Amino acid sequence: MEEVVLLGFWTSPYVMRVKIALLEKGIEFQYKEERDVFEDKNKSELLLESNPIYKKVPVLIHNGKPICESLIILEYIDEVWKQEQQLFSADPYYRAKARFWIDFFDKKTTTCGKKLWANKGEDQDAAKREFVECLKLLENELGEKPYFGGDHFALLDIALIPITCRFYTYEKLCKFSVEEECPKFMEWVRRCNMRESVSKTLPDPFKVFDFVLEVKKRFQIQ
Amino acid sequence: MADEVVLLDFWPSPFGMRVRIALAEKGIDYEGREEDLSNKSPLLLKMNPVNKQIPVLIHKGRPISESLIIVQYIDEAWSNNKSPLLPSDPYQRANARFWADYIDKKIYSTGRLVWGTTGEVQEKAKEELRESFRVLEKELAEKTYFGGDMFGLVDVALIPFYSWFYTLETTANFSITEEFPRLVSWAKRCMQRDSVSNSVPDQYKIYDFLLDLKKKMHSIE
Repeated sequence: MEEVVLLGFWTSPYVMRVKIALLEKGIEFQYKEERDVFEDKNKSELLLESNPIYKKVPVLIHNGKPICESLIILEYIDEVWKQEQQLFSADPYYRAKARFWIDFFDKKTTTCGKKLWANKGEDQDAAKREFVECLKLLENELGEKPYFGGDHFALLDIALIPITCRFYTYEKLCKFSVEEECPKFMEWVRRCNMRESVSKTLPDPFKVFDFVLEVKKRFQIQ
Repeated sequence: MADEVVLLDFWPSPFGMRVRIALAEKGIDYEGREEDLSNKSPLLLKMNPVNKQIPVLIHKGRPISESLIIVQYIDEAWSNNKSPLLPSDPYQRANARFWADYIDKKIYSTGRLVWGTTGEVQEKAKEELRESFRVLEKELAEKTYFGGDMFGLVDVALIPFYSWFYTLETTANFSITEEFPRLVSWAKRCMQRDSVSNSVPDQYKIYDFLLDLKKKMHSIE
């Protein structure tokens, strides 16, 4: 009997990656929502035990054994639950390419992501330009393909789609339009949202915006 | 040539060292090309237009960037080879990837602050680095290598930073050997492998290089 538990938080794009992957693979799992991810004292015992190094979600617990870090979890899921259509390409070169873009994207969102909603003025503007540049590079990588994975919705699509639920927030706070800057990217976003795994997982962008405003108030960020 | 392998590299780069070690472990023939980072080659700019950084592995004309991504590529592309860099069990693989990623997040940027700064900034970085070494020593425990009996991904990820130890100790005035004896024994054990000793430059050469780099960094400020 397989026991699969996912520790998460509803606004985390990294958690969404794992949820989408589990749904795509048809794997049954129990989801446990953390009460709060900002302060260690509010985190569950299970999270602190399962991820003592980073104390962060997502954590996948498979038959009692924890796996941390979203990309590592995705690789694990793909290796344990093998199907005809895998998340990772069988070709090592395309696997490397997907890993590269995820790594690039994750580094960018770490450096400029927070500035988009927490900073103002020139800092925020610079972050906005960097973010748009990043999306344009990804748009270029997508090219004419329906998905980053080619004909099939795969690893890179799963890794990138979650951040899109924050677009409304970024657009409102930074005054720009992703649709205007990157129309092809938005076409891909709409295509992905037609998949049940995505539409069931991504939260309402307006709820995300309200949450960000609450966080700003809580930590007194103007 | 069908299987042509080229590595765009820079001799003191710990990231370049990782790839050199992986290629040597697998017994792969390749052409190593030294880059001048102040004057990057058109080939580097073409093969890694996004980050413009070394190492870049070019295999059959196709580029792969980011050292740990390259190391995993090497393991996967030459998989019917007697020297796997990752175990076969998915959970153990996830564990190896986790620790390689931890090393990537913690050691380079913190280490750089330790040898590159002074005063309070250096002290804070030194404490952070000590904590990372503590965590890694705990993970290593009594094992021969991080992967157990098998020299693998995590060892490849970490061993290049051994070349920084003399620099770290000298600039920040502490002894890694005294504070982390198990880590240093592990490092010396790794250095006995040809793949490692041929890929990781001498600590004193690295010291000269890093001190020079530190001077240049400070003169820019």
